[in-house]
Amino acid sequence: MTTPLTSLDRPNSYIGRSVPRPNAKRLLAGRGRYVSDLKLPRMLYAAFLRSPHAHAKIVSINTEHARASEGVHLVATGADLAKICTPWTGTLDHFKGMTSAPQWPLPLDRVVWAGQAVVAVVAESRAIAEDALELIEVDYEDLPLVVDIDGAREAGAPLVNPGSAHNICFRGQLDNGTVDDAFAYAVHVVEEEFSFARHTAVTLEPRAIVADYDPAAGMLTVHHGTQTPYQFQDLYSRHYGIPEARVRVIATDIGGSFGMKLHVYHEDMAVVGLSILLGRPVKYVADRMESFVSDIHARDHRVRARMALDAKGEILAMDVLDLTAIGAFSTYPRTSVVEGNQVIRLIGAPYRFKNYRATLEVIFQNKVQPSQYRAVGHPIACAVTERLVDMAASKIGLDPFAIRAQNVIPDDAYPQTSPTGYRFEALSHQACLKRLRELMDYDALRAEQADVRKRGIYRGIGIAAFVEITNPSPAFYGVGGARISSQDGAILSLTPSGEVRCLISVTEQGQGTEAIISQIVADQLGLAQEHVKVITGDTEVTPHGGATWACRGAGIGGETALQATRALKRNILEIAALILQEQPSALDIVDGEVVDAGTRKPRLPISEIARIAFFRSDTLPPGTQAQLTVSHHFAPQGYPFAFTNGIQGCSLEVDVETGLIKLLKHFIVEDCGRVINPMLVDEQLRGGIVQGLGAALFEECRYSETGQLMNGSLADYLVPMPMEMPDIVIAHVETPTADTELGAKGVGEAGTAAASACVLNAVNDALTPFDATINSIPITPTKVLKALKRF
Amino acid sequence: MSGFGETLLDATDETVRVRFVVNGRKVACEVAPRDTLVDCLRDKLELTGTHAGCEMGACGACLVQIDGRAAHACLIFAVQADGARIETIEGLTESGVLADLQAEFHRRNALQCGFCTQGMLVNAQELLSQVAQPSREEIRDALSGNYCRCTGYEAIVDAIDAVAKERMKARSAGGGGT
Repeated sequence: MTTPLTSLDRPNSYIGRSVPRPNAKRLLAGRGRYVSDLKLPRMLYAAFLRSPHAHAKIVSINTEHARASEGVHLVATGADLAKICTPWTGTLDHFKGMTSAPQWPLPLDRVVWAGQAVVAVVAESRAIAEDALELIEVDYEDLPLVVDIDGAREAGAPLVNPGSAHNICFRGQLDNGTVDDAFAYAVHVVEEEFSFARHTAVTLEPRAIVADYDPAAGMLTVHHGTQTPYQFQDLYSRHYGIPEARVRVIATDIGGSFGMKLHVYHEDMAVVGLSILLGRPVKYVADRMESFVSDIHARDHRVRARMALDAKGEILAMDVLDLTAIGAFSTYPRTSVVEGNQVIRLIGAPYRFKNYRATLEVIFQNKVQPSQYRAVGHPIACAVTERLVDMAASKIGLDPFAIRAQNVIPDDAYPQTSPTGYRFEALSHQACLKRLRELMDYDALRAEQADVRKRGIYRGIGIAAFVEITNPSPAFYGVGGARISSQDGAILSLTPSGEVRCLISVTEQGQGTEAIISQIVADQLGLAQEHVKVITGDTEVTPHGGATWACRGAGIGGETALQATRALKRNILEIAALILQEQPSALDIVDGEVVDAGTRKPRLPISEIARIAFFRSDTLPPGTQAQLTVSHHFAPQGYPFAFTNGIQGCSLEVDVETGLIKLLKHFIVEDCGRVINPMLVDEQLRGGIVQGLGAALFEECRYSETGQLMNGSLADYLVPMPMEMPDIVIAHVETPTADTELGAKGVGEAGTAAASACVLNAVNDALTPFDATINSIPITPTKVLKALKRF
Repeated sequence: MSGFGETLLDATDETVRVRFVVNGRKVACEVAPRDTLVDCLRDKLELTGTHAGCEMGACGACLVQIDGRAAHACLIFAVQADGARIETIEGLTESGVLADLQAEFHRRNALQCGFCTQGMLVNAQELLSQVAQPSREEIRDALSGNYCRCTGYEAIVDAIDAVAKERMKARSAGGGGT
């Protein structure tokens, strides 16, 4: 059987093709180069003494015995590091009125969460450093503390930052339209209070850093398990007063990140200082227990929301209050307000309604800092919106698909501005909704549900539509005064043997950045992919850029690579034209050969052009300077964000005797614009969904009343494991963005954005016969049994 | 200095000479009694393909073969492994026993950051040595001690399933062997 040829059948056509990642073979052979693997000559190891108190005054620190221990090179307190490091404050200018206290690598006089690093020891091995920690005596004086959201908001509550009048970090309000009038006019109103537990990234490789300060050269080299090497180059330079060109940050293989590895951590900043104090390389790798108490946490929201609808089920208005607790400080440099801000701006995003009011209150408490983690704010906005839509559907007597079909913004109605001020270029809710219904075989699932219910089996079906923020422009952090780049850069060189080396600022954490960049370069230049070498993650080598976060790798990094490649191709063809006595426009490149653009007849291999240009420039016409290295930067313009959309569905079973939930199958229809590598996109979606399912059912950082994390180990904190996870069925709709030539948007958050909303809706669907509802994430067996009044 | 501290520090001074056959080669090294096998492999023998994810046997990143069976290198002290035959991802790669699994993982992108991957491979090899044709449910069950934060596990299950079928086919074609 012959199938018609497609664009993918022409030579070197890689955009849209599922090719494996070239760098994955190395990882499969155990040849990864993670920072935790690194060992440098004369390297020492750091360990940190952590506070057992959630809020206490540091009365005195006695380090005498630790300093005298054999193998110990340095014991440093907050005061020691404050002499060489300037403090940082996690605020952004465009969040008017937000406050946060200055932070130092180690605290000067007060600890503000249990697990905060207090004293650093540097020794010849991690074990010796840990032994020495036992010899340090810290005299603490307990201070009153606040742990939960309500306690922190009460009048007269203990203050997390004694200099301030209250525990409010930030208050924001959106008010668009006549919300009170809409509610007064409404025929149906649904209302609910939701809670979302704290959870954390649990990257399998914990945070890892090796700082290497060379006093003779005045040069700091930091091997850092981070997503954002350029951001840290800037921060280490400014806070330690080292010229930026003498700070090098190298981020090679990273064992998971998900947003967790782009914030400033006290220990990481301290390790840089310790290396400066010692003039030697210092390594710190958090252990799993340390990760739980010092990595950023995320979510921790309580949302009160109501939705007004008319008699037919048209959404008229939403009114929202989001309370979010962020620990004792706002993180630096991105702040801990971004999540709440995105919650109130993404609520209601798929739907066509005009009246919206939301209040955001961001609150300090004596816990570790929550901040940006995969799908920042999306899961909360999605769960609140989609649960209210389902509640409304049930009240009005509409099917969940029907109420959404009635209310989503029509696919032909773009561009659109949301009531929260987001500008949507082109989304595809109607197409996705229709596709999901087919993909799930929705009617059959409903029939099966009714059938098994007769036998006392309670299955639930849930769907949830989402809008995802990708490709952020400078409007995201730049306008707030943060030195976080929204542009990326690429340097492309033709090597003397006719291959291509691409240095690019977007980084690789396993999602396949190197693969898709090499696909784009090979595709645009007309080379085989194996002749393109992509290099990422080294500030001394790769040009400055935002790197990989907020789903900008393909959309911004990919466009950068595309434009750089087109520039290199122009230059190659100009030289080829001189050699071949042709017009450059009459030539093209296919499979590494310069060909006649019209006939595709081969004229000269590009290796020959490279040879002549590099080694026999004497044979080129006078005045010719072959520019076979090009550098190109690209910053997004046009829409401030490339919004994407999609819809998820799930089928699950609730055991009403035990409260256990079994996920049966998960579905997603997703539109990320131009798909560069379908296999990698699908794997991103699946990974993201599983992170959302973990949040939905298992993950929760549980604290005691005294602010102690009660489940800070992988035996106690539940993460999704293979056995509990369902197979995930994926379909795509492609609406490329017109803002770039590549047309790609991001896809990293899409899976996480709606997974927990789907599960929430499905569990409530399963519990319909019992008149029981759940409004809290994670949905644990206890919560199910409580809802069923069986516990 | 307190007596407690001196005792602790004295303990670190003690080292024990242990010998293993690692990846087919005899090795000897000096370890502290408290050093786990994963520390010894990574730090002393510089076999960094084996990773430490949780150091309590929950995540599976440190799985190696000890005397032919998959075992957590974080749950065994180096001294306990004295005299054992140990295969790490480096040795299993060189000998080619995992080549079909590695190729299938690569083809299906059954990994992202790669930090859990060698543990997944060691566990997959163990499963396929015990059950020739596991169901998807059995594969998921066997992997239930291997944590991966990046993937949705499905590609990993698919890859192991495909290799199991290929190995079965090869076995029936070749008429025996493992």
